[in-house]
Amino acid sequence: MHNTKYHKAGSAADAASLLSGADDGTVLAGGQTLIPTMKARLAAPSDLVDVSCASDMRGISVSGNTVTIGAAMTHAEVAGSSEVRAICPAICDLASNIGDPAVRNRGTLGGSVANNDPAADYPAAMLALGATIKTNTRDIAADDFFTGMFDTALDEGEIITSVSFTAPSKGAYAKFPNPASRYAMCGVFVASTDAGVRVAVTGAGSDGVFRAGDMEAALGSDFSASALDGATVDAGDMLSDLHGDGVYRANLVKVMAKRAVTAAG
Amino acid sequence: MSEGIGAPVKRKEDKRFTTGKGKYTDDIRMENQAYAAFVRSPHAHAKVTNIDTSAAEAMDGVVAVLNGAELTGDGIGNIICGWAISSKDGSPMNMGAWSALATDTVRYTGDAVAVVIADSKAQARAAAEVVNVSYDVLPVAANIEAAIASGAPQIHENAPGNVIYDWEIGEKDATDAAIAGAAHVTEMDITNNRLAPNPMETRAAIATFDESDDHYTLYTTSQNPHVARLVLSAFYAVAPENKLRVIAPDVGGGFGSKIYIYPEEIVCLWASMKTKRSIKWTSDRSEAFLTDAHGRDHITKAKMGFDADGKIVGFKVSTKANFGAYMSLFSSAVPTYLYATLLSGTYNIPNIYCEVLAVYSNTNPVDAYRGAGRPEASYVVERMVETAAREMGKDPAELRRQNFVREFPHQTPVIMNYDSGDFEGNLDQAMAAADWNGFSARKAEAAARGKMRGIGMACYIEACGIAPSAAVGSLGAGVGLWESAEVRVNPVGTIEVLTGSHSHGQGHETTFAQVVAERFGVPLDSINIVHGDTDKVQFGMGTYGSRSGPVGLSAIVKACDKVEVKVRKIAAHLLECNEDELTIGDSQVKVEGTNKALGWHEVGLAAYTAHNLPADMEPGLKEGAFYDPENFTFPMGCFIAEVEVDPETGTTEIIKFVASDDFGVIINPMIVEGQVHGGIAQGIGQAMLEEVIYDDNGQQLSGSYMDYTMPRADDLPSFVVEHHNTRCTTNPLGIKGCGEAGAIGTPPAIINAITDAIGDNSLSMPATPSKVWALIQSSGAKIAAE
Ligand SMILES: Cc1cc2nc3c(=O)[nH]c(=O)nc-3n(C[C@H](O)[C@H](O)[C@H](O)COP(=O)(O)OP(=O)(O)OC[C@H]3O[C@@H](n4cnc5c(N)ncnc54)[C@H](O)[C@@H]3O)c2cc1C
Repeated sequence: MHNTKYHKAGSAADAASLLSGADDGTVLAGGQTLIPTMKARLAAPSDLVDVSCASDMRGISVSGNTVTIGAAMTHAEVAGSSEVRAICPAICDLASNIGDPAVRNRGTLGGSVANNDPAADYPAAMLALGATIKTNTRDIAADDFFTGMFDTALDEGEIITSVSFTAPSKGAYAKFPNPASRYAMCGVFVASTDAGVRVAVTGAGSDGVFRAGDMEAALGSDFSASALDGATVDAGDMLSDLHGDGVYRANLVKVMAKRAVTAAG
Repeated sequence: MSEGIGAPVKRKEDKRFTTGKGKYTDDIRMENQAYAAFVRSPHAHAKVTNIDTSAAEAMDGVVAVLNGAELTGDGIGNIICGWAISSKDGSPMNMGAWSALATDTVRYTGDAVAVVIADSKAQARAAAEVVNVSYDVLPVAANIEAAIASGAPQIHENAPGNVIYDWEIGEKDATDAAIAGAAHVTEMDITNNRLAPNPMETRAAIATFDESDDHYTLYTTSQNPHVARLVLSAFYAVAPENKLRVIAPDVGGGFGSKIYIYPEEIVCLWASMKTKRSIKWTSDRSEAFLTDAHGRDHITKAKMGFDADGKIVGFKVSTKANFGAYMSLFSSAVPTYLYATLLSGTYNIPNIYCEVLAVYSNTNPVDAYRGAGRPEASYVVERMVETAAREMGKDPAELRRQNFVREFPHQTPVIMNYDSGDFEGNLDQAMAAADWNGFSARKAEAAARGKMRGIGMACYIEACGIAPSAAVGSLGAGVGLWESAEVRVNPVGTIEVLTGSHSHGQGHETTFAQVVAERFGVPLDSINIVHGDTDKVQFGMGTYGSRSGPVGLSAIVKACDKVEVKVRKIAAHLLECNEDELTIGDSQVKVEGTNKALGWHEVGLAAYTAHNLPADMEPGLKEGAFYDPENFTFPMGCFIAEVEVDPETGTTEIIKFVASDDFGVIINPMIVEGQVHGGIAQGIGQAMLEEVIYDDNGQQLSGSYMDYTMPRADDLPSFVVEHHNTRCTTNPLGIKGCGEAGAIGTPPAIINAITDAIGDNSLSMPATPSKVWALIQSSGAKIAAE
């Protein structure tokens, strides 16, 4: 690892000003992606601004159907939140299957969303739930937020403070883990709300998380696994790597979508 | 509870390992120590045209930047392969030059070009990044097919067509004739996937040059410190043996990958002399993927002929083995004498012929990995027999039964002479434990749940304790494969056992002590096992090939025999009786049928005070022995796997895994079970999860745990481990060895089960979900109740 300067931010605003004062500063949350990248000498920020204790980025609140989760909440905290579980168990289950206990106790929702790893789990949830990503400067709709592999609508120095979404009446996440990394090789989140059904797919697409429009339409009229029997997924739009080609991933999208629908009940 | 042979004593060494007090190479800190960071080639094949070290040398903390020209200029020799194999035409193998730091050509991604020595690890790495190496990139041959294709890039000048040797064993004409006359012939193309060894502790070294004494000390992660010292001295000319001490302290797993001497240890020693600093290097996991010798990587064509009754009449095997860019220390023996000699399996096969083409490629060197050649052989034999049974419509267990070797000793057509075994006994035991006969009901039940259920078996045999030395010498080995021991009874009766074996997870501190405790009837705690330090222990050959039990322990027994002779003489003299009236046990030497006895410690004291010894007896109580086995040992077993495949995703779940092994006499059943568990886990890794993959440019795509699938606890079922043991007839304890069996028998059992489930026999390892799913799609297999 290259030398770097560590700062601990008390709030999002504090973090923003520390960042603007740094040469080449980066937000540090759980460090589960950033620290390995630095150890592999692939990133060398001059300053690290730790937001994991920023008070206004912590906490969970549920009011009515609206769930708001602080960006600095760890996967373990989300998984273990009885308030969230009561209204949207799918996101707790998703969080409980990320990585291993060490990862879940450090890694954060904000870090995962900001990183937008094409195989990460949370992006599928954000997109399917139609979440709003709140930053220190604005609100961004999930549909506008994820702009391609490892790419988001965040500006330089912009900090995610929380995410909020309306709990779906039915929702579930089905994940097929990559045998090696256990990230998603294909993860499908389905959410049914008054506004309709949304289906978001992570791990499989060649350009990161995406919505499966045909499946949403089919499920909109009949929310059952069999409604997806005729669905087709274009293998050409899928990732192809040593763990599986596009044809295999296209199959997984359909299988996992059906399993998610079945689990959502 | 007994602490002797057969007792499941808890491991003595685990107190320090489980409390974080183990002392590994990286834990050792020297005064004045500096760190090495290697500059490695990003190209799989290139000419090195220039190395500009100026920017690196100018960086903070940098002590030196050294390169291959300086290394060879100082007379450091090339890395060698220590087993000479000749081709069919009698010509010697074509060994290309391997300098610890490349001089003019790099031949795989990761090949070391230069080394930076700096005050801290971070400074060394930072400086290594700015060493500016200019390369002329050359065409790459990244796998066997590419290496032997016409017009393939020439990797070493003296290996035309990238062929190292074209070797054969057995009778070709007789085998061809037997197959030509066979009633049924099974033919298969079989690949054995390339694996990375992945010991928990990565390789490390710390070298110190003492200028005042002209003496070197090397702490390193070695399975065989004496062999390391020998080759460092004799071939790499680092220092004469008496000026070089090699210590392998606690070592966290090896699986073969720590047998060899790698460039990094040589460079650390040399750099310690150049810089007058202690030089430390610890591999990180990425470097381990790039540079720890890989295992397996064979492609094979095999033909097996059967008569009308199902008896095997001939077996012909043609294998191509990938050696990577350089010949590692024992690489040449692995696909030859450790592979083709096991092609008779557990069967009576009258005619066997095998030819092996050894080829260079622009990949990391390949050498022995847990099982070394024997997993490859067992996979070929057991896939062939299984396939033949399916083709001939025979029950796979019955076909095996029909062909088993039943009389011992049994001479195979490929050198080996099996001394003992009851192969059918293991088959029956495994089938009973697996409820083989109840399978069809379970298959039907699984089908009702939408799952494809399959069952498969493998009856492996392997060979441990490569021996005897004169025989392996005649086959090309550069070393003898005996073992040494010294048993020192101290004046107070406690015992030190100095062994040439090396424990890097096997539990020798416990099992070796158990044998001695039983032998002399003394407490386990009064015995210490000393190993791993060339200054403390007499020359020994180290640990690999499951040799520590059959060979290392036999040397200890031999030394104990000599100690006992002297103990009896001393005690008979003091107790005024005949030597044969004495019994040794319960910490006493006692005259049978009387109450006349000496405490064990009293005999020790008498030996060292020497006040009253028999005439002409030397004082002291310490004996050494070298044991050269008269034959290999032959552990065997029957493994049965039952699996369920999810046809929607291709995921395989192992429902049940049964192992019935014949390990001969077992010293510590708990440790043996642990060895079997670890071996099966690695076997499942090979069968379903693990594969080193290079792209056509020779870049490793599977170079981290993000892409290389190590087995995890939830990939594995709870294993059923049983034993049906027959005594080995060729060593004093009757031990056969157990370290590699799991890794040898498991892959064919798993693949036989999965192919049974999906009804497609073309499956190759690793049976990943995507591969299994694609086969189900292409064969249109349907879930069937039977
Ligand atoms: C062994 C292992 C297994 C894993 N398995 C999975 C898995 O199965 N599924 C999965 O989804 N993930 C997995 N992960 C990733 C894990 O979920 C990480 O926690 C996550 O990707 C990043 O979160 P973090 O809090 O650690 O962020 P960090 O590593 O601290 O930061 C990641 C990036 O996000 C930026 N960032 C962080 N927080 C913010 C913020 N609030 N606003 C703006 N930018 C920010 C940082 O600057 C950095 O660029 C795994 C990680 C490991 C190490």
